[in-house]
Amino acid sequence: MKTIQTNKITEMIKEMCIEANYFLTEDMKHRLDASYTEETDPLGRQILSILQDNLKIAGEEMIPICQDTGMTVIFMEIGQDVHFEGGDLNAAIQEGVRQGYEEGYLRKSVVKDPIERVNTGDNTPAVIHYEIVPGDKVTITVAPKGFGSENMSRIFMLKPADGIEGVKNAILTAVKDAGPNACPPMVIGVGIGGTFEKAAILSKKALTRNVEERSDKEWVKALETEMLEKINALSIGPAGLGGHTTAFAVNIETYATHIAGLPVAVNICCHVNRHSKRSL
Amino acid sequence: MEKHIQTPITQDLAVTLQAGDMVYISGTIYSARDAAHKRMFEALKKGESLPIPLTDNVIYYLGPSPAREGRPIGSAGPTTSGRMDKYTPQLLDKGLRGMIGKGKRTEAIKEAMIRNKAVYFAAIGGAGALLSKCITASEVIAYENLGTEAIRKLEVKDLPAIVVMDANGNCLYQ
Ligand code: SF4
Repeated sequence: MKTIQTNKITEMIKEMCIEANYFLTEDMKHRLDASYTEETDPLGRQILSILQDNLKIAGEEMIPICQDTGMTVIFMEIGQDVHFEGGDLNAAIQEGVRQGYEEGYLRKSVVKDPIERVNTGDNTPAVIHYEIVPGDKVTITVAPKGFGSENMSRIFMLKPADGIEGVKNAILTAVKDAGPNACPPMVIGVGIGGTFEKAAILSKKALTRNVEERSDKEWVKALETEMLEKINALSIGPAGLGGHTTAFAVNIETYATHIAGLPVAVNICCHVNRHSKRSL
Repeated sequence: MEKHIQTPITQDLAVTLQAGDMVYISGTIYSARDAAHKRMFEALKKGESLPIPLTDNVIYYLGPSPAREGRPIGSAGPTTSGRMDKYTPQLLDKGLRGMIGKGKRTEAIKEAMIRNKAVYFAAIGGAGALLSKCITASEVIAYENLGTEAIRKLEVKDLPAIVVMDANGNCLYQ
């Protein structure tokens, strides 16, 4: 059994909130650079080069990549042999977010109640997803999510008879509707199967996967590749002003589902697809 | 075409801007987003005056991240304009000349823009670090308790944007 102090978790979450908002992962950066080379539309190219500059300025001058530093989504994978000491784990995570958003000059974008809408002033609470796994490791993924793209995300409860064509249609519909609102080039996270909420969580998790690695399931890999081509053929382009680079990647996760259902969740993310991942 | 423009934007200047033009905006503009729009809308309904002058002015749909010491502002890119659509026609009818944001607008906005000869610019979403460098001064002038959503008076220098909807109803988004 491994014992972990909860104040260590606070410290890590704080650092990860800051890191995620100033630096993108290598795969995201690489996709951006590659798209700049591949894009043929002049305005599209100009915008991609502005996004490259933006990323550089963000890291060098410590200005958040985007002013919408998101609602903080946190995936906690906790090994079943881990024992936490030093107080409430949930509270320790929220404290990390609070400190990270304050010390990192990040925007406080969370309101306490969806109708009364008073800002909590410290970007808490975060949305936390817990998963218990074998072993004695804790893996944390901090993924601040902007709402320009979040608002364009969709869930479709398809019928089994809709099949893979129905899935393709659902993804394309969501991306078309998102258009310029979602700050393209987008990253598309898709969850297929499970239940209503399982599909949605899978689609969010899909966004935290490497954008340059395809699924190891044959049909999923083929679908990811085909959908990216179809999406880029829509000519929405960078900033929605035309061009080939509408999306950087389509990441799909799947799960078993019910004999009567085919849930499909499409979580749209912008080019500021942020996440920081660490284990201890 | 590339154009350098200076605020305030008169009607005469507005009609020369065409969908597709790349513009660099300099001068004074005002930031306001969801909550500030709701308050301004309610103020107008009650017959109260607004905290900012609208005639020939430009509103930037922006809620910046906090400024570090010695800097005027934090990250400062556009937010999605469509959420302001409910409140915008009234502001346009009161003289608002330009809006900077991102994303699609409704037909009602297009009509109000044609009626009032107004322009809608898209700034590049997600380029907040770069755009912040075009803002030389920032001061909260109203609704301070809204935090990032407060209304700010901004001085901008060559803020890059693209005319997506012009005063004649042309739109660049497909
Ligand atoms: S959708 Fe993404 S890039 Fe656009 S404003 Fe929101 S967080 Fe920033």
